[in-house]
Amino acid sequence: MTPNLRFWLGAALLALVLFLSLRLLGNDYAYFAGYFVLQYVVLASAWNILGGYAGYVNFGAAGFMAAGAYAAIVLRQALGLELLPGILFAALVAGLLGLGTGYLTLRLRGVYFSIATLCLAVVLQTLVVNWDYVGGSRGAYIVHPRDIPPFTSYAEYLFVVMLVLAILAAGIGRAVERSSLGRGLQAIRDNERAAEAVGVPTLRLKLVATTLCGALMGVAGAPLPYYSGYLNPEAAFSLAYAVNAIAMPLIGGAGTWAGPVIGAVLLASLQQAATVTISSALNLWIVGWMLVIFVALAPKGILGWFRRRP
Amino acid sequence: MDPDLVLLLNGIVSGLLLGGLYAAAASGLAVAFGMLDIVNIAHPALMVTGAFTVVVLGTWLGLDPLLVAVLQAPLFYLLGTGIYSAYHHFFEKRGEEALQGLAFFFGVMFIIEVGLVMVFGPEQHFLDPSYAYTTWRLGEIDLPLRMLVPALFAMACIGALFLFLHRSFVGLAIAAVAQDADALRLMAIDPVRIKRFAFGISIALASMAGGALVVVQPVEPSSGQVFIGRIFAICIMGGMASLPGCVMAALLFGVVENVTATFYGPSWSPAVAFGWLLLVLAFRPQGLFGKAA
Repeated sequence: MTPNLRFWLGAALLALVLFLSLRLLGNDYAYFAGYFVLQYVVLASAWNILGGYAGYVNFGAAGFMAAGAYAAIVLRQALGLELLPGILFAALVAGLLGLGTGYLTLRLRGVYFSIATLCLAVVLQTLVVNWDYVGGSRGAYIVHPRDIPPFTSYAEYLFVVMLVLAILAAGIGRAVERSSLGRGLQAIRDNERAAEAVGVPTLRLKLVATTLCGALMGVAGAPLPYYSGYLNPEAAFSLAYAVNAIAMPLIGGAGTWAGPVIGAVLLASLQQAATVTISSALNLWIVGWMLVIFVALAPKGILGWFRRRP
Repeated sequence: MDPDLVLLLNGIVSGLLLGGLYAAAASGLAVAFGMLDIVNIAHPALMVTGAFTVVVLGTWLGLDPLLVAVLQAPLFYLLGTGIYSAYHHFFEKRGEEALQGLAFFFGVMFIIEVGLVMVFGPEQHFLDPSYAYTTWRLGEIDLPLRMLVPALFAMACIGALFLFLHRSFVGLAIAAVAQDADALRLMAIDPVRIKRFAFGISIALASMAGGALVVVQPVEPSSGQVFIGRIFAICIMGGMASLPGCVMAALLFGVVENVTATFYGPSWSPAVAFGWLLLVLAFRPQGLFGKAA
């Protein structure tokens, strides 16, 4: 059995087990909690493509995610199309956004890209607040059908969609890691000038990576309005997405496809459990501290503990 | 006079005053980012922290916000040296500034912002000085003191910093560390000590800019977010390490933003900031006032 086949079979099996056990539980809350964790698997995997492999930090995860969410809302309002076309459209919009930002800033030092993504979220939020078509600051309501056969409830449907997206995101991350794209990006991270000198098309690879990263973040955001039934700019651009998108891959182990998955499952489950018991502000505060402590003391993340030092 | 012209003139003048506030916020960053090459994205968050301590101490002691800002600056200097020591120990020494260092400052920014929300709540806090509602008039042009005084305060701080950097030995050493840290080491000066000192000054400036911010507007924990784009744009436009360039860029930025707000509505002003930043990065990354590399 090839490693590729083993990965996809394993992922499918895991997905099936998750699906069946949640169906046995038969509780809508479990689906929502599962969705919450899985959206972060997508988001963290997306961040890792650019941040983990190429070492370019994207601070604008909330912006890209909200771009995806609002793209889905726009498509629904304009053409009446539902979630699945919305996800594709979100990938397109957020991917173009990533390409544009990357094209304007990536020819310079990586810091400038980071700074640009940092303000991108602020500016996108301003635009959305001023855009009445998507509800402005009041927010937009999405009335979704009660259920979609063969699924028992809409929550289950959303969960399954996110489960598929999460597996795809991890699979894309893994495929990137093993392709010439991934090796090129790693060369850029280690020494961009040397990579350029030996003929790695650095700008083109970086642009492919920003586009892919943006598109996947948009995909993570597209089901958000359907998940909550209502979306306002404050929720869509929540700082929680920006900090988690960075903290999860770095804590799990950036630069490997499994790192963001581990980080996302761990941190998101912790947060999901903690929101029930402690306030959400304290919750995020802990994530911030974990991020700082991990980058300072364990720069290779949790996966780094299990690897021998070179 | 033609009412449109009056509007434009007022827009330009209040833009210049607003630019003074931006200069205060950006000058500290010009030291950290421009001279020391430390991408301190937590700078605006530290500025807002300074604003909150000004509100708390000023209310408690019954003093003017700007006076409190000067009095508390040494504390923020110490905080800055502490942050730099941690940054140097964990990232700069290992050569991991790029990814991990950025993530570190992002985490610091985040901890500060959420921490402020937890302590003060998400709502606005204010401390009005006695002159807050006085406006001087120069013919048709309004000069509100709540804008004029912080702008003058900012210019005084930046002027003092400029003299310090150009006249004193340590100031010259900071400029030298920006150019070639190894050469400094050969002259038996510890570049790390100089950088720690300079970073402390940068954070002290951030807190003083926070004092100016309190005079201009009420502050909330998330006030820093809109400043990130602005002050980095200003810093880059000003040519990174140059204080006069930084001030020029800040004033220009204030005018453009304010005139846009006057004629097209204030909700578009953050878009101006981002547009400028992207244009500068795309076409003139060495800054409007910088030399080509």
